[in-house]
Amino acid sequence: MKRLLTAVTLLLWAQTASADEMRMAVTTSFDNSGLADVLLPAIKADVDLDVRLLVVGTGQALRLGEAGDVDAVLVHSKAAEEKFVAEGHGTHRREIMYNDFVFVGPNADPAEIAGATSAADAVQRIEGVKASFVSRGDDSGTHKAEKKIWAGAGLDSAAFGDWYRPVGAGMGAALNTAAGMNAYILADRASWLNFGNKADLALLYSGDPALFNQYALLPVNPDKNANIRNDLAMKLEGWLTSPRAAELINGYKINGQPLFVFNATP
Amino acid sequence: MVDIWEGLSAAFWLIVQFDTELWEISLRSLRVTLTALVIASVIAIPLGTYLAVQRFRYRRFTISLINALMGLPPVVVGLVVYILLSRSGPFGVLNLLFTPTAMIIAQVIIITPVIASIAHQSMRELWAEYHDLLISLNTSKWQRITTLVRDGRRNLLTAALAGFGRAIGEVGAIMIVGGNIDHVTRVLTTAIALETGKGDFALALGLGFVLIGLAIVVNLAIHTLSRTEREGQW
Repeated sequence: MKRLLTAVTLLLWAQTASADEMRMAVTTSFDNSGLADVLLPAIKADVDLDVRLLVVGTGQALRLGEAGDVDAVLVHSKAAEEKFVAEGHGTHRREIMYNDFVFVGPNADPAEIAGATSAADAVQRIEGVKASFVSRGDDSGTHKAEKKIWAGAGLDSAAFGDWYRPVGAGMGAALNTAAGMNAYILADRASWLNFGNKADLALLYSGDPALFNQYALLPVNPDKNANIRNDLAMKLEGWLTSPRAAELINGYKINGQPLFVFNATP
Repeated sequence: MVDIWEGLSAAFWLIVQFDTELWEISLRSLRVTLTALVIASVIAIPLGTYLAVQRFRYRRFTISLINALMGLPPVVVGLVVYILLSRSGPFGVLNLLFTPTAMIIAQVIIITPVIASIAHQSMRELWAEYHDLLISLNTSKWQRITTLVRDGRRNLLTAALAGFGRAIGEVGAIMIVGGNIDHVTRVLTTAIALETGKGDFALALGLGFVLIGLAIVVNLAIHTLSRTEREGQW
């Protein structure tokens, strides 16, 4: 018994925190894209800042910012972001870059959305044949964008029947579900390209400006509590809007396809 | 089926290549869970034994309550701990959210009832055997508890290992309070959830097999160190 206790004690050593580090809540789609793996080491090298990422949905990310548990939030849902700033949770909203959403579905394409003329037309075709459609259903940025597209096509997603499946999960989990059900789904391009379990799914429709997906940085209001490092959030904002960031973001490619377009105004 | 074989080979290569990231998250998993296990055992074992030897008014109620708490949903525990530790919550000044300490707190809450309940069950049987002897020797309450704990240590080890099993495979609570931050709070289970989300089933399964292997190694190590299953000892 004594030997057991010694062994256990040896395993329990103390944990100490290092110096300049900040926490940023980001969306799953940003992390799944792999861009973070390029940007974070560069930030560390250029301005000596450790950015700790909390990967959650937009809804939860904004909630973490509201509680003052993170120093900055990087999300993609303009209306919710503006509300966040208007309520005083964030100091301001700074647009950084955009990528786009794509419609993914079974190779056979029963709703024929590959020939759609717009995003609205594509969802009307899906609704027309009642083809299975997986929705994120988790109040994330992607889910909000999807609801906006349904509304723009004059359809009410709340009144849909069994073919419309809100799964209440992150982008990857929702894509797994869609792959299992061979259903249509709206995904961000980055997550789709990086996704490993494509099964019988294929990218069927993209390119409508209504599908553009703007990412913005929201530094959390430092008045919330003394632990919020607004100085570090500003340092990060300075870097993210710099020519160096522009070069890395525009130059990031998966399978030869660029994913993000840098559009921060200096 | 192909995925499972790919998972096995992924696990094999991860271990053979001595992947540093794998070691980091495995050690963190172990550290968090073993710390939680030690703290929970210190609370739960005396509590379970006390409930076996002591008669008091709300004893039946307390025992049922602890038994019921064995089924605490980890996500709810995680959410409650998150709200308490959030910077806008009552313990926000401690700045513990998204640290391994927060994960330990959540796991202690989850496994203490498990250990206490199993400990109580085995101590009750032992107490029935020892009752007359310990009473006739005019022992104090503290002496009775320590005697039972010493003589029932094998059963208590089983109780602790049950707690370990629940904690090492737990993901719901530590995902919320730890945040799955790379190099800070990422452990095996949250990494598995992450890789599943990315659709990389082979790597997720590989990590899963590593987790199972880790649990087996820890159980073997504890049994060896405490010298169970030896001649002359039960």
